[in-house]
Amino acid sequence: MQLEFRGATVNFATGGVQIDDSQPPVLMVHGAGMDRTVWSQQTRYLAHHGFSAMAVDLPGHGDSTGDLVSTVPEMADWLADLIRTLNFGPIRLVGHSMGCLIALEVAARHSDVTERLVLMGAAAAMPVHPDLLGAAERNEVLAPQLMTAWAHGSRAHIAGNPTPGLWMRSGCQALLERASDGVIHNDLSACNSYEAGDIAGQVQCPVTVIVGSEDKMTPPKATAQLVAGFDEVELQHLEGIGHMMMLEAPDQIREIVLAALR
Amino acid sequence: MVEPDYLKFDTLSLHAGQEPDPTTGSRGVPIYQTTSYSFVDTEHAAGLFNLEQPGHIYSRISNPTVAVLEERLAALEGGVGAVCTASGMAAFHLACATIMSAGNHVVASRNIYGGSHNMLNLTMPRFGINTTFVDPRDPDAWRAAITDDTRVLFAETLGNPGIEVLNVPVIAEIAHEHGLPLMLDATFTTPYLMKPIELGADIVMHSVTKFLGGHGIALGGVVIDGGRFDWAASGKFPTLSEPYDGYHGITFAEEYGHQALSMRARAEGLRDFGAAMSPSNAFHLLQGVETLPLRMQRHVENTSDVIEFLEGNDAVSWVSHPSVSTHPDHELAKELLPKGAGAILSFGITGGREAGRRFIENVQLASHVANVGDAKTLVIHPASTTHQQLSADDLTAAGVGEDLIRLSVGLEDPEDIIADLARALRASQKG
Repeated sequence: MQLEFRGATVNFATGGVQIDDSQPPVLMVHGAGMDRTVWSQQTRYLAHHGFSAMAVDLPGHGDSTGDLVSTVPEMADWLADLIRTLNFGPIRLVGHSMGCLIALEVAARHSDVTERLVLMGAAAAMPVHPDLLGAAERNEVLAPQLMTAWAHGSRAHIAGNPTPGLWMRSGCQALLERASDGVIHNDLSACNSYEAGDIAGQVQCPVTVIVGSEDKMTPPKATAQLVAGFDEVELQHLEGIGHMMMLEAPDQIREIVLAALR
Repeated sequence: MVEPDYLKFDTLSLHAGQEPDPTTGSRGVPIYQTTSYSFVDTEHAAGLFNLEQPGHIYSRISNPTVAVLEERLAALEGGVGAVCTASGMAAFHLACATIMSAGNHVVASRNIYGGSHNMLNLTMPRFGINTTFVDPRDPDAWRAAITDDTRVLFAETLGNPGIEVLNVPVIAEIAHEHGLPLMLDATFTTPYLMKPIELGADIVMHSVTKFLGGHGIALGGVVIDGGRFDWAASGKFPTLSEPYDGYHGITFAEEYGHQALSMRARAEGLRDFGAAMSPSNAFHLLQGVETLPLRMQRHVENTSDVIEFLEGNDAVSWVSHPSVSTHPDHELAKELLPKGAGAILSFGITGGREAGRRFIENVQLASHVANVGDAKTLVIHPASTTHQQLSADDLTAAGVGEDLIRLSVGLEDPEDIIADLARALRASQKG
């Protein structure tokens, strides 16, 4: 599905299903340097289980056009306006990594468009290693390599992709390599400079947070600090899983997300 | 500067794609000799059939043993996914059928395996897909042959049987300039000697039967998806970028992006054409892949010894291998194949066709078979076997002379290989 918005094209994956106004809407927001396809193991499933599932490409990512948005609060404002344009009313937001920060900002400052949050790979602060930031600024392949290496749990570096024939590590690296020059650096800079303050305390809707025990990018300790600030939160813990949990443990994630969204 | 802590090639050769079996703890890869898989319930079954969730349905489409090999080969090549097939030719057909339809066109190297040449030259035209063959060393010829209908450029990393080294970065750039993918048959190099995806290739295929298996006991093929080509942006690949009724309107590039080719090749190609690899063959081939780095190292060392012998033998008029300084691609091979240019070479025997026949009939250790890449040393006379369907003109164009002997150097003690060749060469000259 594509939509003209703010003078650019916004692209969504919808699980191969036409959006149906009568089904509750779910909007999935990807992380730094990535695109809608990180939700490939969830979008089609949700679309066939009673939801209008939309995995969005942020501006300048995937098949969405438009200028990159350089800060998390601005990304959140863009997303909130997009949700209003979609005209579904309050929406269920599912975020991953940088997508969590965007979803948190939307929920905190645009509560009229947010019904519920599901966050995976979440933390209030996402500092980025200076070597990674430097490689991203120079558009070096080292940036996708480092992100891929750190984003997966130890199991995913060997095996375990439930989709026959797919190799998780190269899948992640290829996805990041397809990002246009400047995209990864833009997003990592946005994460690195983001100051959440008491963002969790400003979120009024119910929140589900999923944490992987081997997440090196948003470690469980950092997730726990975020979780402590919510009024109403459910925490789900995945043992042996890293930051790319929706691909590392798609069956568990589908089950948790479906339960949370219902 | 930090480095990615990726597992290395030798480790992946042994481990990628497999964890100890969750039910039995089996450390070896179990052979899941089954046709079908029990569904949890009707909703689970529906979800699998509709690509809503991953899993096995029927072994024509996927099988746990085969999936280990697929994941391992994708890991070794640096691809996003792999689909194993019944043979290398099945892999070639699967890749072509997944991205092309009637009316499309291929630009291919003229120096390719006879079977691949036949498929492109004789069989695919019956289905409306035509091919222009070009000199793989001539970038201008590749460019000139591309038409509005072209959908893929195809070559072998090392040509057959002349062992031409493809300048992968250059040909990949030409392909990408035209919004096209480069597909390579990397059977002769294996990912140990060259990683074509890192050099710019988009699709890599192998006859796994050869060096990857290494033992000559099981047939198999694989298509590996590089994951870097943007099928939707190209606008030339409707099978990947437009809704497909076969799965209720799914658009593979939309849902799977960089993994669209892998997903469609399996979901449609194995489902409909059915050239699946058997789990037993996958098991056998996995045993070979586990020792791939060690074997390829030894293949290359033995090849070097054999070349040194052949170059000094009076019954040999020429030796063709990229490691030989007179080979036209010698410098390119040093750049693209730093670990060695493989274990397949050709040489010309003094005395032409008749001497060649006597040579073949007098080898004792080397086996006269229509195969390459075995652990054992193999010899063949291409003009009468692998390329026998080609016309005289096509033979000349493919660089196959009547005196040409193709040798696939095995893992025997190099002194024994050389002694066998020396004996047969002596006999060949006693006409």
